[in-house]
Amino acid sequence: MEVFKEVQTRFLPLHDYNKSLGAKFIEFSGWEVPAYFTSIIEEHEAVRRGAGFFDISHMGEVHVRGEKALDFLQSVVCNDVSKLKEGEVLYTPLMLASGGVVDDILIYYVKPAHYFLIVNAANIDKDFKWFLTHNSFGVEVENVSPRRGIFAIQGPKSIELIKSIFGGDVEKIAYYHFANRQFLGKEIVLSRTGYTGEAGFEVFFDIEMACELHEIIVEKGSSFGLKPIGFGARDTLRLDVCFPLYGHELTEDTTPLEAGLSWTVHLDKGPFLGRDVLLAQKKNGIKKTLVGFEMVGRGLARGGYAVFHNGAKAGHVTSGGFSPSLKKNIGLAYVPVEAGTVGASIDIEIRGEHVEARIVKTPFYKKRR
Amino acid sequence: MDIPRDLKYTKTHEWIKRDGTRIRIGITEYAQKELSDVVFVELPKLGQDVLQGRAACVVESVKAASDIYSPLSGKVVAVNKDLELDPALVNKDPYGRGWIFDISLSKQEEINSLLDANQYDTLIHQKA
Repeated sequence: MEVFKEVQTRFLPLHDYNKSLGAKFIEFSGWEVPAYFTSIIEEHEAVRRGAGFFDISHMGEVHVRGEKALDFLQSVVCNDVSKLKEGEVLYTPLMLASGGVVDDILIYYVKPAHYFLIVNAANIDKDFKWFLTHNSFGVEVENVSPRRGIFAIQGPKSIELIKSIFGGDVEKIAYYHFANRQFLGKEIVLSRTGYTGEAGFEVFFDIEMACELHEIIVEKGSSFGLKPIGFGARDTLRLDVCFPLYGHELTEDTTPLEAGLSWTVHLDKGPFLGRDVLLAQKKNGIKKTLVGFEMVGRGLARGGYAVFHNGAKAGHVTSGGFSPSLKKNIGLAYVPVEAGTVGASIDIEIRGEHVEARIVKTPFYKKRR
Repeated sequence: MDIPRDLKYTKTHEWIKRDGTRIRIGITEYAQKELSDVVFVELPKLGQDVLQGRAACVVESVKAASDIYSPLSGKVVAVNKDLELDPALVNKDPYGRGWIFDISLSKQEEINSLLDANQYDTLIHQKA
């Protein structure tokens, strides 16, 4: 895993509260975060069937301001930022000239000449340096991560809960849209986004508000069965719906086309980092591709395990494990394109033994309507 | 925390139950709580030789794979096939239906190196 070790472990704003609940902690991107409170499976189900609460304040927030903010962003990402309307959110890989991926980020269009970005915790410093290196547009890039907190409320009951906290009109905020609100005397951002494949919101706020805001959410949440969710379930939830995790499916050595993110690649929008490489890949085809698989034989595939095809090493598992939604052992892997057809058989090397898996359609799980 | 008096324990959180030279092996209540959500058990093979303190099989929870160390040396004479269908038995009933494998003991004297219930109790409370 490509995690940049921090000198000092950092703690989420709700760390003491999480501790008081008896959470089991793990290290993630230099942060000590709860792996689970009661059980990963229970927490996973709570988000699929009810409502779950996540403290994801480890994630970074970077503001980009200036007349040329749009031109600057267009030059470093492969998705088309010019399509955004005010109040809309865009998912995009942040690009290297090699076609590899620096990070995967969300771009929020606040108003002309002002965007903010949500970036992965492990990549905050790397991204920030990357922005400065490529800032030939005279824009102001500000990393406000240490001052900002993020909570996520996700699950089929989360919209009703959000309405009861922030008012009924939040329902009008559509998927991948956001709005500012005054709350507890300060401005907060309500974003209809998430990393679980369920309905839900993410809330961005000043870090000093964390405890007070959390108390209100817990109080209102009790009648919705709101449960605190750890990073274990955050991972199983996102794997179900095949949302990539940086350092696993996305790295500096994989392109968005190989990662199955061709919908984020807009080659006709004008020049951007890595465009030549992506253009060539589009023309000549990619060699490796990201596929989803289900284990046929007994065993769990974990990230990093080798994949074999016709007896030869052909790739590796990027993420894998037990899906509490499907009650099956699933995973994502890079394989050669010719080995990557749905229904085809591959072998995963688990502790020295080859165990059969079958390539299946992704996502593994779709939200119930 | 449940620590049956009639069992012996290892520092790595396995338990043994002795019936003559036949030894039943599983993991403790403390261990199953630490692992949480066991979703797969790779059982040892029947007839396999196991050595005291060496990995004999693997228990996987949702978050990670963990080696289970054999508390004693011997030959595997039975494995709990029920765990193939319901690995969560390790969580639900760690000292009963969640047992993992039986061995026939080859080195009697190794038993002396195991912890009794009191000693094991002290060990896990030092950790907590």
